[in-house]
Amino acid sequence: MEHVAIADQVEELHNPSSFISKYVWSQDHKVIAIQYGITAILVGLVALVLSGLMRLQLGFPESFDFIDPSSYLQFVTMHGMIMVIYLLTALLLGGFGNYLIPLMIGARDMVFPYLNMLSYWTYLLAVIVLLASFFVPGGPTGAGWTLYPPQAILDGTPGYDMGIVLMLLSLAIFIVAFTMGGLNYVTTILQARTKGMTLMRMPLSIWGIFVATILGLLAFPALLVSAIMMLFDKLLSTSFFMPAIVSMGEQLDYTGGSPILFQHLFWFFGHPEVYIVALPAFGMVSDVLAVHARKNIFGYRMMVWAIVAIGAMSFVVWAHHMYVSGMHPAFGFFFATTTLIIAVPTAIKVYNWVLTLWRGNIHLTTPMLFAIGFIFTFTHGGLTGLFLGNVVIDLPLSDTYFVVAHFHMVMGVSPILVLFAALYHWYPLITGKMFNATLGKLHFWCTFLGTYAIYLPMHYLGFLGVPRRYYAMGTTDFIPESAQTLNASITVAAILVGLAQLIFIANVIWSIFKGEKSGPNPWHATSLEWQAEQIPPAHGNWGEKLPEVHRWAYDFSVPGARDDYIPQNMSNDDVPLEPGQTLQIREEH
Amino acid sequence: MTTETNKPTVDTRWQSLNSDWANDKETFPMPWGKLMMWIFLLSDTFIFSIFLTGYMNVRMSATEPWPNTSEVFALTIAGQHIPLILIAIMTFVLITSSGTMALAVNYAYQGDRKKTFLLMIATALLGASFVGMQAFEWSKLIHEGVRPWGNPMGATQFGSAFFMITGFHGIHVSAGVIYLSIIANRVRKGHYEGKGYHIVEITGLYWHFVDLVWVFIFAFFYLW
Repeated sequence: MEHVAIADQVEELHNPSSFISKYVWSQDHKVIAIQYGITAILVGLVALVLSGLMRLQLGFPESFDFIDPSSYLQFVTMHGMIMVIYLLTALLLGGFGNYLIPLMIGARDMVFPYLNMLSYWTYLLAVIVLLASFFVPGGPTGAGWTLYPPQAILDGTPGYDMGIVLMLLSLAIFIVAFTMGGLNYVTTILQARTKGMTLMRMPLSIWGIFVATILGLLAFPALLVSAIMMLFDKLLSTSFFMPAIVSMGEQLDYTGGSPILFQHLFWFFGHPEVYIVALPAFGMVSDVLAVHARKNIFGYRMMVWAIVAIGAMSFVVWAHHMYVSGMHPAFGFFFATTTLIIAVPTAIKVYNWVLTLWRGNIHLTTPMLFAIGFIFTFTHGGLTGLFLGNVVIDLPLSDTYFVVAHFHMVMGVSPILVLFAALYHWYPLITGKMFNATLGKLHFWCTFLGTYAIYLPMHYLGFLGVPRRYYAMGTTDFIPESAQTLNASITVAAILVGLAQLIFIANVIWSIFKGEKSGPNPWHATSLEWQAEQIPPAHGNWGEKLPEVHRWAYDFSVPGARDDYIPQNMSNDDVPLEPGQTLQIREEH
Repeated sequence: MTTETNKPTVDTRWQSLNSDWANDKETFPMPWGKLMMWIFLLSDTFIFSIFLTGYMNVRMSATEPWPNTSEVFALTIAGQHIPLILIAIMTFVLITSSGTMALAVNYAYQGDRKKTFLLMIATALLGASFVGMQAFEWSKLIHEGVRPWGNPMGATQFGSAFFMITGFHGIHVSAGVIYLSIIANRVRKGHYEGKGYHIVEITGLYWHFVDLVWVFIFAFFYLW
């Protein structure tokens, strides 16, 4: 008997009819994606406000009564944790992963829609538990997003009582939610691709999401285990991470634990987490660049292998976050070497993005502006990474604003720019409407120039030796007066960038109701999601028959073809030709 | 591969491997749920590996001596002092349950619902008795004064790691018992007629994994 792929087997689609089953307890991957997206953006706005409060304190110390040292540390911690986990990870994988995977590979939905629905509601629970920590006695934890013990659970750290417990609990719940979603993403990509959609024909967005999800499934266990162990240290007085310690003049019951163990476990998760955020962004920006430059992505195979190589390497570089922890110098040598090696596939990707633009027919649309902006910010953030990856240069720069500037450039601003590029690019697909381009471009220039105004000066602050996470500098001999002026200007820029995001929100909401109808495929893209019968795609995505794929996702400007793009589901015989021309297509790419 | 060459060259072998994996539709010829279970187990492997690595690390960092496990887990039965006897029985029971599970999978694919049901229930019962013996072991240690936060026999991390790791494994076994019972009951009712019995194998994958993890816990925690 011939083996029939499960995706091709005839099965009745459940057709939700009531409002609740359509939009609330929905099992449709598109609705779940939007639920993920809205939740992540809302909680991200909380984190944005927190960063604004931090900047107010740093720029104008002693001007705001409601920010004291404790609340400052709490703002720092919650800002970091929310942005990395609850906004970026959730929006890139839960949001875009959910929306794009089935559409781009030609599936009707995720392989297990019910599990997918559970994933969102568990994520929402994690968010609620996290936000609840703002309202408990003592407030949220102020241990820094790295939550290093012993100080994270000891008296003297804000939120050491309830805040840290809720934080760890929320992380554990988030990991459960991510695992349910992640299993779905990986299985869907491996098993539910439509006819003709080989792995090497998948758009790079899918490759990025795929490898990032695998990283998540293998890296989050480290965070889960360390969260459990720290919860035990806090609630059951075990001594996994707690050495014998005197706190507030009192000998505590802890003995013989290892705080360095937590650092290793945390960064075994924490470093892959950087790539969990970066790889989907790499993938999506590749697709946006190719579509809006009307040119195939340069070096598709190399792009795929670079994603895979970066993903694999990301598990053997974690201790470069720990050069100052006092670990053996030979470890430092090993981790510096692996860290610099990981720059090679990353550089390949940057070159290929630039070469994709080279002699392309560049359309400076809003998503394209954000994508090009990403190449700038990512290159800058990547280059400062070379400084910090070397032990001897990292030691003096560690825990200064240079580090803050570096990681905000490389994994804050860069993925956010890609998220905006992706949101603008796929906005017509998701809503069926066109956003306002003028507002979009205004939003881009405010955000792009504004982030440079924030983070470039931070590098100088770091060279001056200004330490991160300090509530106020006070009078410090080695820091010149001018550092304060710089801090004030950064704060002004940060507030402006924060306000500029209102343009985006206004644009999104206004365009849903008043925007022009986008029509199908407004960007003339080749990939499958734009070839659905309806825009936005209906429940089940495709009509009677699944699409059949005949080519890769990057057949732009093929010589001989009438249009400058050939959709993936169009066979060579169907391509409309220029009069008197033949299609000049290379079989292997 | 061309017909002229009998032996595939390295190159064509790689190419056919590549084309198998990069195939459209399905990378692995198995149902969705089975692949998902494999990937979940891979993720779960990382959880247990990190638990065990963390335990080994605190065992090294502990300042007080580590108790002698073969003495701690010894029982006196009929006047005989036998080290690790309970753990040996527990291990035997769990390994046996893997055998009954494998038989259940075999009968499931043959379509013998009754035997499949009985063997799955036998597996679940063996699993439940494992959990019962674990409860006995816990109460014995608690009775002797071992707590997560302290331990009269030496390093406090001994108690912490013991309760954490065996507890986490015990939760896995208990979840497996419930999972097995639900699936076994559905098999009995004929819920999977016409759908195929892959689900029995998927349940089995989980169960064998829980067994395998126990072997590592046995080696690294009890024997070391």
